[in-house]
Amino acid sequence: MSWNRKHLLDIESLSAAEILTVLDTARAFKAVGERAIKKVPALRGKTVVNLFVEPSTRTRISFELSEQRLSADIINFTAEASSLKKGETLKDTAKNLEALNADFIVIRHSAAGAPHFLSRVLNSHVINAGDGAHEHPTQALLDAFTIRERKGKIEGLNVTILGDILFSRVARSNIWALTKLGARVTLCGPATLVPRTFEQMGCRVTHNVDEAIRDADIIHLLRIQHERQRQTMFPSIGEYTQLFGLNKARLAQTKPDSLVMHPGPINRGVEIDSDIADSDRSLILEQVTNGIAVRMAVLFLVNGGKGPQEIAAS
Amino acid sequence: MNSLLLTGGRVIDPANRLDAPADVLISDGKIAAVGNDAAKQAPANVERMDVSGLVVCPGLIDLHVHFREPGQTAKETIATGTAAAVRGGFTSVVCMPNTSPSIDNAAAVALVHERASQHGVVNVFVAGAITKGIAGEELAPIGGLKRAGVVAITDDGHCVQNNELMRRACEYAKMFDLPLMDHCQDYSLVTTGVMHEGYWSTALGLQGWPSAGEEMIVARNILLAELTGANVHCQHLSAAGSVALIRAAKKRGVPISGEACPHHFTLTDAAIAGSEKFWATDGKQLTLNSQLSSLNLPSWPNYDTNFKMNPPLRSARDREAILEGLADGTIEILCSDHAPHCGFEKEVEFDYAPFGITGLEVELALSLMQLYHAKRLSLADLIAKYTVAPARLLRLKKGTLNVGADADVTVIDPEREWTFERADTASKSFNNPFYGWPLKGKAVATIVGGKKVWVEQAEAVAV
Repeated sequence: MSWNRKHLLDIESLSAAEILTVLDTARAFKAVGERAIKKVPALRGKTVVNLFVEPSTRTRISFELSEQRLSADIINFTAEASSLKKGETLKDTAKNLEALNADFIVIRHSAAGAPHFLSRVLNSHVINAGDGAHEHPTQALLDAFTIRERKGKIEGLNVTILGDILFSRVARSNIWALTKLGARVTLCGPATLVPRTFEQMGCRVTHNVDEAIRDADIIHLLRIQHERQRQTMFPSIGEYTQLFGLNKARLAQTKPDSLVMHPGPINRGVEIDSDIADSDRSLILEQVTNGIAVRMAVLFLVNGGKGPQEIAAS
Repeated sequence: MNSLLLTGGRVIDPANRLDAPADVLISDGKIAAVGNDAAKQAPANVERMDVSGLVVCPGLIDLHVHFREPGQTAKETIATGTAAAVRGGFTSVVCMPNTSPSIDNAAAVALVHERASQHGVVNVFVAGAITKGIAGEELAPIGGLKRAGVVAITDDGHCVQNNELMRRACEYAKMFDLPLMDHCQDYSLVTTGVMHEGYWSTALGLQGWPSAGEEMIVARNILLAELTGANVHCQHLSAAGSVALIRAAKKRGVPISGEACPHHFTLTDAAIAGSEKFWATDGKQLTLNSQLSSLNLPSWPNYDTNFKMNPPLRSARDREAILEGLADGTIEILCSDHAPHCGFEKEVEFDYAPFGITGLEVELALSLMQLYHAKRLSLADLIAKYTVAPARLLRLKKGTLNVGADADVTVIDPEREWTFERADTASKSFNNPFYGWPLKGKAVATIVGGKKVWVEQAEAVAV
C-alpha cells in the first residue's frame, strides 16, 4: 500500500500508486456500506470540521455521511454563518477551529490554492473539497473508482470530458487522475471554455463533439453555466445544446458500451438529454453512491489508516 | 569645508562615457574632482575612503517606488522606505501617487516633500496623478502638480482606460515638458486576472492576466505619443509583445520609453506552482546564468503570494524578451516597483492578496546577475539604466559625476556573493520572494549629497 500523506490537497501531486491505494481502500469501504450496520469506528473520538466557504450541497452531504460512517464528531461551518463575512481572514478562522482541537478540516473554497494555504498554517489534516477552478480531488477519485468498477480498468480507455473545462476543478482533477492511470483524455467544448493550454496537461483538445465522443469509452459531461460573468463565453444555452449537448443521436454514433458520467447537478435538456440521464448508460447515481466510500477511504488514509486489510478486519 | 575622498576605485559615469580607475573628491555636498589628480585638490584633513577593487558610480535612481505616505504607513513610510533604498545603493527615488489619499493635488505633493525633508535619507521625488483620485475620469490639476514639483505624472496601480482622456493628458502635460508614465493594463481584457495567462494559470486554476492586456495599452500609448508628441513612459514591462512594439516605435522616432523590474526578468509564472516546479523548468536557465560559486537553491510553496504582482510574472519567453530589450537598449530604465504590504495582508488566499513585492534591497543584485554576470550588458550600460537614463527621462539634475553635480554616489562590489535575509531588511514590509536567494553583486556604500548615509558592515551613519 502506498500512502504517507497528511493531507489530500490535489490529484496532481499524487502518484498512480497512491491513487490506486485510495481506490482499493474505497472498495473495502463500499462493502461496509452494503452491510446492515454501515458504521466503522475508524475515526471515533476525532473531530472533523466541514469548512464550506463556498456553497455546496452534495459534496458537503457526502463528506458528512462519510464522516458519520467513520464515527467522527462533525462540525459544519458555512460561509453564510461565519465570521469570514465580518472580515476575519481564512487563516484566523481556521486557527480558531483548530483551537477547538479539530483533527480534520474539509475545505470548500472559491479561491484556488486555499486548502494548500491552510495546510501550511495548520497542524490539522486538510482535505480539499473543491478549490476555485483548481481541483476537486475526491470527485476525481470517485469518478475513477466508478469507471474502474464498471469497466474493470482505466488504463487504455478513451475518456472524453465535455463542457466547461476552463472553470472546472472537476475537469482538472479528472485529467490528472485519468492520465496518471493510463487513460487517453479528450477535452471538448467551445474554444472559449476549452483553451489549447490544456494540451500541456497531457490531453487532446477538440471542438468537434461528434469526433470527440466517437471512440470514447466514457463520456464525462460537465455542467454548463451561463451566468452573467460568463456571457462572453458563448452566446446562449440553446446554441450550446445544439453544438455540444449529448443527445440520443450523438450517443448512438458512439461505441455501444460507452457510458455517461456527470458530477451533478445536471441540467436536463442542456448538456445532457433527459432520457440519457435516466438510461442504463448513465453512471450518475453510482457516482453519488461511490462518493461515500471514496471519501471514507480518503479520511481513513489521511488519518494514518493502513489500507483495505484493516477495514475488512474491523 | 566638509570633504570626502574615494580612492582607488573604478569610476563608471555613463553620462560622461567614463570607465577608468580614478579618485573622486567630494566637497560640501558636490562632486569637486574626478581623476588621478583628485587627491591633490583635497584638503589636508580630508576624510578618505578606500574603495579599491570597487566600482564608484553616480548614485542610483529608482523611478518607481511606493512609500505609502500618506495613509498606508503600516506598510511603509518615507523613513523606512528610504532606509531600504540606501541599503540597495539608491540615492534618489520617485514615489508613486497611489497613496491614500492619492497625490493628485499640490498640497499632497507638499506633504510628501515635507515628510521627505524630515525623515528621508535619500532624495525623494514625487510623481503626481494623471487623473483626480486616480479614478481615470477627469484630469488632475497637472499644472498645479508641476508647480508643486512633481517630476512625472502617472495613475500607477491603475491605468487610464479612456483613450480620449489619455490623449488630452498627453497634450496637456506636454505644455509643461512633464513625462507621462503609464501602468499598462487593459481592464476589459485582464478582468480579474491574478497571474499570467498560460499553462500555469490553467494548471493552478487561477484567473489568467493575458499579455495582450499589457500590449494593448503599450500600443495605445505609442499611438498617443506619436499623435501628441508627448513623452510616454511604459512602466514595469512584462510581456514580449510590449518590447517588440516599443522597439519598432522607437525606430520611427516615437517619444516612447520603457522600464523593467528584476522580478520580471528573473522569475517566471512557473514560480507560482512552487520552487520544485520552478527549478525543474524555467529556473534551470537562471542557475546556468548565475555565475555563483555555490548554489543553495531556496524553496517556497505553491500559491505563495510573494510571487503575486501586477503585471504578473510571465513565461520564460517573455522573460527572455525583456532581457533582450534591456540588452539592445529598447528598455532604457531599470527599477523595482517596490510595493510593500503588511504580512497579514499577504497571508491570505492567492486571489485575495494585494499585488506587489518589495525590491529596493535586491534589485541591483538581480540586475547584475541577469544582465552583467550573464554577459548581456556591460557594467557601464547597466549602471546607465539606473542613473543617466531615468535622470534624462525625468529631467533630473542627477545621475552623473560631473564636477559641481550633487555628490550622490554609490559604491558597488559587483562580485560580492551574499544572501538576502529578513534580518537585514530596513523596509517595514517583508513581502519579497528573494529571501534566502544566493545573490551576486551589492552596493557597499551609499553617499547622498556628500554624506555617507550607509556603509556596509558598519552602523548606518546618523543623518
